[in-house]
Amino acid sequence: MPAGPLAGPLAEARRVGPARFVQVFRTTTFKLTLIYLAVFALAAVFLLFYFAWNTSRLITEQVKEAVDAEIAGLIDQYRLSGIRQLVIVIDTRARRPGSNLYLLTSFTGEGLAGNVGSLSPGVLDHTGWVETAYRRLDEGEGAEHHAIARVEQLPGGFRLLVGRDLDERERLLDIVFSALRWLIALLIVLGLAGGLFVTRRVLRRVDAMTGTTQTIMAGDLGGRLPIAGTGDEIDRLAGNLNAMLDRIEVLMRGLKEVSDNIAHDLKTPLTRLRNRCEEALRGAGGDKDYRAALEATIEESDGLIKTFNALLMIAGAESGHGREDMADVDAAEIARGVADLYEPVADDKGMRLTVDAPQPAPVRGNRELISQALANLVDNAIKYADPGAAAVDGAPAPIVIAARAQGDHVLLSVADRGPGIPLGDRGRVVDRFVRLERSRSQPGSGLGLSLASAVAHLHGGALRLEDNEPGLRVVIALPRAAPPAAGTPA
Amino acid sequence: MRLLIIEDDRDAADYLVKAFREVGHVADRAADGEEGLALALEGQYDVLVVDRMLPKLDGLAVIGQLRAQGVETPVLILSALGQVDDRVKGLRAGGDDYLPKPYSFAELAARIEVLARRRGGRNEETIYRVGDLELDRLSHRVSRGDAEIALQPREFRLLEYLMKHAGQVVTRTMLLENVWDYHFDPQTNVIDVHMSRLRAKIDKGYARSLLHTVRGAGYVIRDAKS
Repeated sequence: MPAGPLAGPLAEARRVGPARFVQVFRTTTFKLTLIYLAVFALAAVFLLFYFAWNTSRLITEQVKEAVDAEIAGLIDQYRLSGIRQLVIVIDTRARRPGSNLYLLTSFTGEGLAGNVGSLSPGVLDHTGWVETAYRRLDEGEGAEHHAIARVEQLPGGFRLLVGRDLDERERLLDIVFSALRWLIALLIVLGLAGGLFVTRRVLRRVDAMTGTTQTIMAGDLGGRLPIAGTGDEIDRLAGNLNAMLDRIEVLMRGLKEVSDNIAHDLKTPLTRLRNRCEEALRGAGGDKDYRAALEATIEESDGLIKTFNALLMIAGAESGHGREDMADVDAAEIARGVADLYEPVADDKGMRLTVDAPQPAPVRGNRELISQALANLVDNAIKYADPGAAAVDGAPAPIVIAARAQGDHVLLSVADRGPGIPLGDRGRVVDRFVRLERSRSQPGSGLGLSLASAVAHLHGGALRLEDNEPGLRVVIALPRAAPPAAGTPA
Repeated sequence: MRLLIIEDDRDAADYLVKAFREVGHVADRAADGEEGLALALEGQYDVLVVDRMLPKLDGLAVIGQLRAQGVETPVLILSALGQVDDRVKGLRAGGDDYLPKPYSFAELAARIEVLARRRGGRNEETIYRVGDLELDRLSHRVSRGDAEIALQPREFRLLEYLMKHAGQVVTRTMLLENVWDYHFDPQTNVIDVHMSRLRAKIDKGYARSLLHTVRGAGYVIRDAKS
């Protein structure tokens, strides 16, 4: 065979046939088909045998009843009219076409009347029911039949045998067994064909799914599994997998955005840092210039470390760090603590920081993390709120830190009278490094809200951005802790 | 002051030994946990600086064994693990202070000073005095010379901490940790605002300032003459 350029693809194509066949045999569907087939065949065989056995029993019973009646009649004849009349009656009956079997013997065993040519040996030795092979008088050698017969002892040493052919019963059994053979053959052919058909259909769909997953694994996250629209279990599986892929795609896109942002936000200060060092080396400045450059370098690297720490904290909170140190804490206490820390800062910027937390608000959580999240929100409020614009009647613009238990939640919120965040941007600002255009000029890492959100999620809660009309209200909703055992009246 | 630095990174350890020598301390170094434990058990050190991840014997295990043998030398843990629960684990293992890497030497030096003097500290005193500034811990009264100074509760706590460590540099993170019990890094420099308020109350209008800013490190309260 010449190994031309076609050999490769052709050989490939030929291999597909048997390989695919083997694949079909390996599938779960095909194995299930085989099991069903075996169970069904077993049931059919049992049913047929049951039918055959019962029918055969019924036939035998009918035959026995007929023979019993005949023998009773003949014995009556003998009693009434004697042996001579009995011989005549038997001969008459024996000659009718399709008659029963009759044999009357004397005490010596000599045949007196009947239509039996031969019997199995010893049949006449016992009275009662017997199954025997026989030949009729008018038939040649070799014509063997089976019959069921009854032997009776008559007074005077005579023996009477009346029997009936079992052909009918045997014909019935023949029919049953041949039906059984056909049935099994049909079952196997239809079962295998059906199994192959269903299996190949399923296999085709699974193959399509496998193909899609392979393209996804190769890097194309946009691929989705085909849905046949039948609403069956494979469709449901495909639907769920597609939903999972959607989620993964969103996460991947987010991750990519984050790494892009990290690269950008860390590269910028690193570039500044490097430039400053280069400039100091190049310049002919004295000790004083070097010192200034070094101090600026340290400051810049401190900023970088802060950013790194914030990123690590967010990642830590997102992966469940800090869960071990949760205790029963009072959100109202946390609100007061953070307010205490930030009050002078707000005051310096012409704002008034107030706390609205009249009742204890119990939360199961990490005090340190919740405080930090709240501190970030207050920091943002002070940073972005415009102190002059929203001043009410000449009083300083208020920033309100509130902690309230509401239903089964504890709401920790920071409300300001600043510019707020447009509805369209609210989902976005929680992402890492996202800073709205007008706040770019302000110092900040763009990580504050991400951290607050991660902390809220760590505690099984959520971060919400609401309109304070005017201004922004950021709410950290946390699950409320069970009240202490010594309950206070509600 | 005699220090023992247990740190497997040669460069970092050399840097620390050199830097401590420059500020007038004597520092020994050990490159792994076992060597560190042996030195800490026999030597008379004022403070141990222990890295968490060490070859042969983990830093927390070193501290655990020291404490089990009754050695109460103050320990400062240095670690690249800076999450909230890492710090808690370090302190539970017997550490006295925890500083995540990367750190500034000024921060480390200030914390070491405080740790070393803690044992002979001023916990028993009820009245702290720096120059003519006086703080009564029991009656919560503060006065300078003859004038009474009215302080808010948190300003009082701030001043109390500073005066307890009079003459020692106190960093911003130390203030945040000890006065507010926060171990995170606020984005804005909130401590500076608090300090300027405190300074306005205790130093304004007096010829001699007591509260000083130490560049690149933090604050110190001291009478300039002493």
